[in-house]
Amino acid sequence: MSTPEWDAVIVGTGPAGATAAEVLTGAGWSVLMLEKGRNHLLALEPPFGPLGHVSNDELKFMRRHFLGPDPWLEPRTFRRTEADGDRIDVGDVNNLPSTVGGGGFHADGKLPRFRADDFKPLSAGGPVDGADIVDWPVDYDEMEPYYAEAERAVGVAGEAGANPFASWRADPYPMPAGPDMYCAVLTTTAAERMGYHPYRAPTGVNSVDYDGRPPCNNCGFCGYFGCPIDAKGDPVAPLRHALRTGRCEIREESVVTDVLIDRTGRRARGVRYLDRDRQPHEVSAGHVVLAGGAFETPRLLLRNELGNPDVVGRFLQFHFQTYVLGMFAERLHGHRGRSVTHLMDDPIVPDADAVAAARAAGLPFIRGGIVEHGAAGHPILEGIHLPQGEMHSSLMMQSMTRDRMAVFTMQGEDLPQATNRIDLDPHIRDVYGLPAGRATYSPHAHEIVCAEHWAPRFEAIMREAGAQHTFWTTSPPIAGSMADRPGGRTPISRHIMGGARMGDDPQTSVFDRWQRLHGVENVVCTDSSVFPTSTGYGPTLTIVALAIRASRALAGLDPLRSTRSTT
Amino acid sequence: MTFFTPAERAVLEAASERLVPATPDGHPGARALGTVDYIDGLLDAFASDPPHIWAGGPYSGRAGGPPGFSEFMALSPIEELAWRTRIEGSRGIAERERMGPIAGWQQDYRDGIARLGADFASVPAVEQDRRLAVNEAFRDLLYEHTVEGAYAAPEYGGNRDRRAWTAIEFPGDVQPRGYTDAEVEGKA
Repeated sequence: MSTPEWDAVIVGTGPAGATAAEVLTGAGWSVLMLEKGRNHLLALEPPFGPLGHVSNDELKFMRRHFLGPDPWLEPRTFRRTEADGDRIDVGDVNNLPSTVGGGGFHADGKLPRFRADDFKPLSAGGPVDGADIVDWPVDYDEMEPYYAEAERAVGVAGEAGANPFASWRADPYPMPAGPDMYCAVLTTTAAERMGYHPYRAPTGVNSVDYDGRPPCNNCGFCGYFGCPIDAKGDPVAPLRHALRTGRCEIREESVVTDVLIDRTGRRARGVRYLDRDRQPHEVSAGHVVLAGGAFETPRLLLRNELGNPDVVGRFLQFHFQTYVLGMFAERLHGHRGRSVTHLMDDPIVPDADAVAAARAAGLPFIRGGIVEHGAAGHPILEGIHLPQGEMHSSLMMQSMTRDRMAVFTMQGEDLPQATNRIDLDPHIRDVYGLPAGRATYSPHAHEIVCAEHWAPRFEAIMREAGAQHTFWTTSPPIAGSMADRPGGRTPISRHIMGGARMGDDPQTSVFDRWQRLHGVENVVCTDSSVFPTSTGYGPTLTIVALAIRASRALAGLDPLRSTRSTT
Repeated sequence: MTFFTPAERAVLEAASERLVPATPDGHPGARALGTVDYIDGLLDAFASDPPHIWAGGPYSGRAGGPPGFSEFMALSPIEELAWRTRIEGSRGIAERERMGPIAGWQQDYRDGIARLGADFASVPAVEQDRRLAVNEAFRDLLYEHTVEGAYAAPEYGGNRDRRAWTAIEFPGDVQPRGYTDAEVEGKA
């Protein structure tokens, strides 16, 4: 057998792939990263600085698919259930950026940890009819040092002890929390008066100089954009760390079509990919790391007929998003600073009212998610949603849906269901000639009951904060609600989890507890495909922490130990 | 700035003004904002190399730094395929018809303007609104592009002298200056 060209080839350069690259190159491995999108993030020659492509430009980022994927080139399709037929939507379905840096590029960088119960949801909350809740094959005490390492590697600013619902942590955050946005000052003080527990969001955005990158200068083009000054660490920091070893190469515009399996059927020998002119190439590697995200990784496995066919693609989860909009008399200037500066976890730990609401609906519990205290979007977005004609310009000047609006977003826990899945669309193909990924998804009653319980309570907080008008809606829409109309039924969450869950039993999972593919042990997945459940927290920090853990195990490094004893 | 004929431009300016009108208290209308210049620039994007699709970065120069927005960025081969298809239409070219034939915005505008009528700019507002209403798909396309042209960075051809941003009290791009922590946290 000839020596492979690379110790590892990594498919995807988002947080999952970048973290694996940092750990594996740190262990002395040679690593080739293949990224299907373009590179707008950092120079690939020392000192690996910014390219100057990122800008405060709403048109480029929000209207013209700058970070990809262009929905015409790489369409995805959507249906709620099989009863919808082949599909009801084609184009942008939960698209995360297809670019060097992946989803980390456009994220505003809220990086909360999960709680201990989130890793043991079956033990902590019990089963729910119609859902397939399982415990994770890892627990919080084991994860804590990986979370700490993830926070150091990315650079997280936050305030230890500020969230009363958080599980234990051994160390303070690497940086102090950044400035509070004005609208969040209003909404968090109102929430506190009403007995809730908001706290400064742990955020992967520098509040001080850190790791050779400057502090955030509050430009406001944050979530859905990219950082022009590299104040955001994820994933530029791990990529830069990997490149600096001299053992990492990033190839952009390289679309992996196949994981190549050797004749034994038990080992991968490399991958096949298409270059920017759509010409095929093969590379050999000792290990293959899948990090294309929870939509593209299951799609690749399905196309290659890899992994347990009863499970691959299934248990697709989003967050069930509840939005509460508050319109204020005064201008809130939410265009200054980060997109969200505060969170609160109250809906994750049910109080007596939430327990009663669950019982009344015949559910054992309702678990919501983090509530983000944030601002509205930018002017083109506001303009497109206003009425055309006579009222347009005066409404733009009043700006009730931008400068005078504050927004709560609850990232509601989405229970895993086998019928919610990714498969290959039978007809639609992408520009590479590959079958489009298709999402089939309907929320469980749990998510609906939870949204309907919490939304009026959040509206009350908005009114307490001074909002004159409030309004709430969800994505995906609740059936029969105003938002439930053709073209608006695809969930717009960018948090995508599951699709190739990990577990100890090869009959009920795709990857093992070290995120190795059951049956093909030199294939590892470091993205959120492996998440057994969605929890109510943004997935990125947990993706990074798990990627550190899986990559260290792959490279034969010792497990990390917490700086504090857990006993 | 050569895609539209003067006659087409007159129709389009009048139609855009109905969708994004001037207000007495200071919001300029589409005509004064140059939104038709923006649309003309989009439909004629490939008359320039690199095409006028993505403005460069990282700064415009308005808040310091060199004026990078005016240096447009090169597209990859597939990105050019997507944007040419969107703008020029599929024209029977196989790789542009993977998702079915597409008329393209150039044709959409030529047809839409013709349906509004050569006399559109001189008929009463009520009649203008009626013609826009019966051409709903074109009206919606024109509205989206007019909003983009009004509120996008002026390097894309509209938002003349940043007058739309001024009217709505939006500062636009602010790198590399940004905002101070006090400006983020404070009321004013």
